[in-house]
Amino acid sequence: MDPYIFLIQLLNGVQYGLLLFLVASGLTLIFGIMGVINLAHGSFYMLGAYLAWSLTAQLGNFWLALLAGFVLSVVLGILLEWLFIRHLYRRDHLQQVLLTYGLILIFSELRSIVWGDDVHSVAVPTLLAGSIPLTETLAYPVYRVWLSIVCVVLAAGMYYLIQHTRLGMMVRAGASNREMTQSLGIDIGLLYRLVFAFGVALAAFAGMLAAPVSSVFPGMGNQVLIICFVVVVIGGIGSVKGAMAAALLIGLVDTFGKVVEFEISGFRVLPELAGMSVFVMMAIVLLWRPEGLFARRLR
Amino acid sequence: MSTRARWIALFVGLTLLFAFPLIGDRFYVQFVSKILIMTIFAGSLNLLVGYTGLISLGHAAFFGFAGYILALYSPDTEAAGLLTSLLLSVGSAALLALLIGLLVLRTGGIFFIMATLAFAEMLFYLFHDTAIAGGSDGIYIYQRPVLMIGGWQPLDLANSAHFYYLALFFSLAAIACIHMLLRSPFGHVIVGIRVNEQRMRALGFDTYRYKLVCFVISGALAGLAGYLAASQFGVVNPETLGWHLSGSVLMMVILGGMGTLVGPVLGAFSLMMLEESFQSITKHWQLLTGAVIVLVALYLPRGFAGLLRKRADTDKLPPPGAGGSGTPAAAERPHV
Amino acid sequence: MSEVVLETRDLSRHFEGLAAVDGVSLSCRMSEVHAVIGPNGAGKSTLINLLSGDLRPSAGSVFLQGEDITGLSSQRISRLGVGRSYQRTNVFLPFTVFENCRLAAQSQLDTSMRFFRQALRYRAVSDAAMRVIEQVGLTRQADKPVETLSHGEQRQVEIAITLATAPSLLLLDEPLAGMGAEESVQIVELLRTLAIDHAILLVEHDMDAVFALANTLTVMVNGAVLESGEPQAVRSNRLVQFAYLGEHDFEPNRV
Repeated sequence: MDPYIFLIQLLNGVQYGLLLFLVASGLTLIFGIMGVINLAHGSFYMLGAYLAWSLTAQLGNFWLALLAGFVLSVVLGILLEWLFIRHLYRRDHLQQVLLTYGLILIFSELRSIVWGDDVHSVAVPTLLAGSIPLTETLAYPVYRVWLSIVCVVLAAGMYYLIQHTRLGMMVRAGASNREMTQSLGIDIGLLYRLVFAFGVALAAFAGMLAAPVSSVFPGMGNQVLIICFVVVVIGGIGSVKGAMAAALLIGLVDTFGKVVEFEISGFRVLPELAGMSVFVMMAIVLLWRPEGLFARRLR
Repeated sequence: MSTRARWIALFVGLTLLFAFPLIGDRFYVQFVSKILIMTIFAGSLNLLVGYTGLISLGHAAFFGFAGYILALYSPDTEAAGLLTSLLLSVGSAALLALLIGLLVLRTGGIFFIMATLAFAEMLFYLFHDTAIAGGSDGIYIYQRPVLMIGGWQPLDLANSAHFYYLALFFSLAAIACIHMLLRSPFGHVIVGIRVNEQRMRALGFDTYRYKLVCFVISGALAGLAGYLAASQFGVVNPETLGWHLSGSVLMMVILGGMGTLVGPVLGAFSLMMLEESFQSITKHWQLLTGAVIVLVALYLPRGFAGLLRKRADTDKLPPPGAGGSGTPAAAERPHV
Repeated sequence: MSEVVLETRDLSRHFEGLAAVDGVSLSCRMSEVHAVIGPNGAGKSTLINLLSGDLRPSAGSVFLQGEDITGLSSQRISRLGVGRSYQRTNVFLPFTVFENCRLAAQSQLDTSMRFFRQALRYRAVSDAAMRVIEQVGLTRQADKPVETLSHGEQRQVEIAITLATAPSLLLLDEPLAGMGAEESVQIVELLRTLAIDHAILLVEHDMDAVFALANTLTVMVNGAVLESGEPQAVRSNRLVQFAYLGEHDFEPNRV
């Protein structure tokens, strides 16, 4: 493989992985801390992308749209937690699955009513519209580089927040012992509301960031949710570190899977099967370490 | 309900079902056939969710796969034999369930939910993105399967009344089969696994194997439903593997009342009729379905059967959620 | 001397560097009641979990009738004839007492992969279940769901399902905890009878019961064996008295 093409694919893979991490980390935090499995998590990614598209059109500025979209998604998260999610804390997984599945249908139809079912695209903001030339013919878009950097900064911020702050300590305590946290005088209801809103905002933000590089289409939420499930199964649940490693792994495998298809296009079947590669990885992890790569062994 | 009221309800229900093609309009006969097929599908999932305590979100994989096998097996110009194609389809669904079950049963709880969904989606992409079976448009079955005994053809599947009775037969057979299973030693083991899997292991039961067998049986029954659906409509597309179908059938199980024999039947009838009426109201009918699902999750977690059932006349097999001392959600919640 | 049923060698289990069980070597013979006592947190329950396969040892080995069973799963160990009861009642709460015991007794079938005949038609299984129900004295409660029983009765169910698998080695984790005086007397009598043809490893806080039943007494402190031997000899050991038995009215929290 040409080293520059390899580099481009590597960057693409990392960027895709980082984006996945933003969505998957919210999913895994919400489960790890609140014990809630949230199927509607992908819907927030989809909503974020549509918000970016429509707000950019309304406000005429991608950056303003990003800010407004972020605020809106936090509000949405708080509202949803208050309306629905808080009733799920002491229920079993089945009710959580059911309720959040219902939310997917609702969000999907609301999107259809408000924005229609068309595919849209969002222009890259002018500030980042350029490309970095690699060779005479190959270049790499600045926006994608910026996107990766934003994701890394967010991830680092999250790590710091969880490991080194009082809020993070509360989050970690809440994860391991609900009663103890309560007896320490921490308002667990407020904590959960913030965690959920944060998770929603992360997913929506990822959708907004992705909007200029991928198209904005109705099924994008469910697609990303499935891949995030694979990430969580591979990484081990509740582990943010695991989510990062698995997301990068999936990003790279998926991206290079599609390049390999390109290289041996003499075969008809193989390229179409490239999409399977992430699932094959999940199967291998389930065989090898069913509790996920980064989870502690239980017995 | 008292025992007598139950028998009367059962008798009236069965009489109505048997007489329906004689009185019903052709459209409704087809619609009820479709519901009957869904009762098999929901019953198969109930075996996992309601009795064994395994929440599968990818059950459509077996339903759709069996349909695809029928479509791929059927020649274009002549009809496939009903018995051979049925065995082939159901057997393939069972084999798929064995493969997926071997993997997903190595995990539990929330991982199981995610992994079942992911593998079903893998199958969805396989049929959606490749040319194996018509891609996203799906594949047609031009000739319905035919049942031939000697030179005699007792059933014509293109005839909606004939098909109706075939679906009714399989639906009742599936319920009888599940009933038998639940009363057997095997059935008691899987219910024990739902209530307290850890203790079942400590008592010497290899719970993984029992869950796997249950998963395969459930997958085979889902395959039966998928086979019937494919032969009713003469078309199979990737949506039959999709997670909307998996979600719908899970909804049927819960709406009717999981862990009960009639629950899936009640659930299939009520959800299908509800959706049908929503579709006549608005193009955005899924908004209404979603709202119903949310309300059921919040206010009716035991479903309709839970409303009918009084504490005093509970079966020996308890309703799910009553026990669960084994694996509360908290136990698998790890550190961050 | 009768045959050695259970033997451990330098058995240890660490949790993140902390030794919950630290180099424990002990044995239990047929017809012997080997009692293990010690303050809370001494590692008694962890020891039982290691022996039953609920936990995997970090080091050391476990032998059952001379066979190495270290690290086997709990279902394998159970099928080799080891029955265990739990300190915190761990049964099938929504089921009736009978169904609890019937299900446990069903594990005596070579396999439960039987799909056609009704479970209740397996007479031998039902009879075995009724036998253990009678043994623990719950015959009158047989058809009641366990969740409706009193705490003491639930403890009796715990012992009943342990017996229903027909084990030859019993690992009992505080079987008397939470039982009323009357039931305790009955269970102590039952254990005395069972001791005739079982090997019993008994973890118990009720010192009267321990000294009434035990042939061998082991004292554990901080995961390790402090002293082991004849009950009376162990009792008179000064170190043990100091560490543990000195407080005559035993209150675990104060130790």
